[in-house]
Amino acid sequence: MEKKITTQQEYQNYVNKKSPNSPILKNCINSFCVGGLICTIGQFIFEYCKYKGFNDDISGTVVSISLIFLSALLTALNIFNKIGKFAGAGSLIPITGFANSIVSPAMEYKSEGYVMGVGAKMFTVAGPVLVFGISAAVLVGIVYLIFNPQTITLV
Amino acid sequence: MKKVGNQTIMFDNSISILETASIVGPKESNGPLAKYFDKCLEDEFWGEDSWEKAESKIIKETVNLSITKSNLSADAIDYCFAGDLLNQCISSSFGLRDLPIPFFGIFGACSTFVEALSLGSVFIDGGAATNIICAASSHFCSAEKQFRFPLELGNQRPPTSQWTVTGSGSAVISTNGNGPFITSITTGQIIDMGIKDANNMGAAMAPAFVNTLVSHFKDTGRAPNYYDGIFSGDLGCIGKEISVEMALAEGYDIKNNYNDCGVLIFDKEKQDTHSGGSGCACLRNSIFRLFI
Repeated sequence: MEKKITTQQEYQNYVNKKSPNSPILKNCINSFCVGGLICTIGQFIFEYCKYKGFNDDISGTVVSISLIFLSALLTALNIFNKIGKFAGAGSLIPITGFANSIVSPAMEYKSEGYVMGVGAKMFTVAGPVLVFGISAAVLVGIVYLIFNPQTITLV
Repeated sequence: MKKVGNQTIMFDNSISILETASIVGPKESNGPLAKYFDKCLEDEFWGEDSWEKAESKIIKETVNLSITKSNLSADAIDYCFAGDLLNQCISSSFGLRDLPIPFFGIFGACSTFVEALSLGSVFIDGGAATNIICAASSHFCSAEKQFRFPLELGNQRPPTSQWTVTGSGSAVISTNGNGPFITSITTGQIIDMGIKDANNMGAAMAPAFVNTLVSHFKDTGRAPNYYDGIFSGDLGCIGKEISVEMALAEGYDIKNNYNDCGVLIFDKEKQDTHSGGSGCACLRNSIFRLFI
């Protein structure tokens, strides 16, 4: 840096140049591998359920429940955060990340009691996902109805 | 005492740092400065059932330790200036509630400890006190809980992020004692250069540090080589680099005798702290010659 920085924009540009970037390629490969592995485990459970004679719907539900349980368990055992540090979006995007984002605040705020701690703070991380996920679903539903009015039936 | 220049106060009396004490958490205990701490904890809870209670206990024990080390009774201490990172400064106010010393709770985030020393020095030089205890604490877990994400959340930290130091430091300053002495203080302005990235605190704070430093040199008429060492609190590796370059652009070369406590307290490569340490307790672990 040769001359004095005077504006916020100059400083922002300077800081961007100074700050190391996240290792994107490494992060992508890690997250591809771990995310793929999680999905493979899910598929394995799915095929096993089908083999045992469940239909597709029930097998899918069993997959979700199993992965959520595993993720919650690993979170409680202080293992999931290590996987997440390595895999990033690879473990965050599948349903495992959602389970982790609810279990971890529940653990964190347990020291503040079960009602105002666990109960109130459990959704601090997942809350926005729920709010906007449900809002988006409602919007999509309305748009669908506008273009397919024949689907409205009065029971 | 008298005001010099725009933001510096020079003291008439000698204000000595009589004794200091520090207690740190497990990660700091494995860092390069471990042998300088009075006590290294093996876990973040220290027998308590929450991180906040543990932090309170850490600051309480640290303050008691520095009082014991200075061979003073608690009655001989006139005031206590202390603070931490948490809401309402709960760690220090709960931790120090049994102390029979008038208490000023202060909040300056990373600058809390120096803020305490500055205010304490003014009190002593003004004749309102003989002995004052200054303390600050921070705790990685309680800070993450309040300001960031739950510890068990599986997210990634960017390379610019820093690691809040677990621990507490305290100092007894006094009109008696053989130094080191606090001879002047330069209080910084709030400088906001518009950094919005919460994971790049070093870059957000560096301009304020450089501004304060340059003001100090201008007010006192000193040059950087007047000092054996110049230390900043917790700018981290990136903030340190930025500070050196910005100071140079202002015409002050601090490359040779400047360091940052956030860089010193952890081993960046081995301990995975990314850009270094941060927090109230960070600064305490080095001697801050800037003010001496």
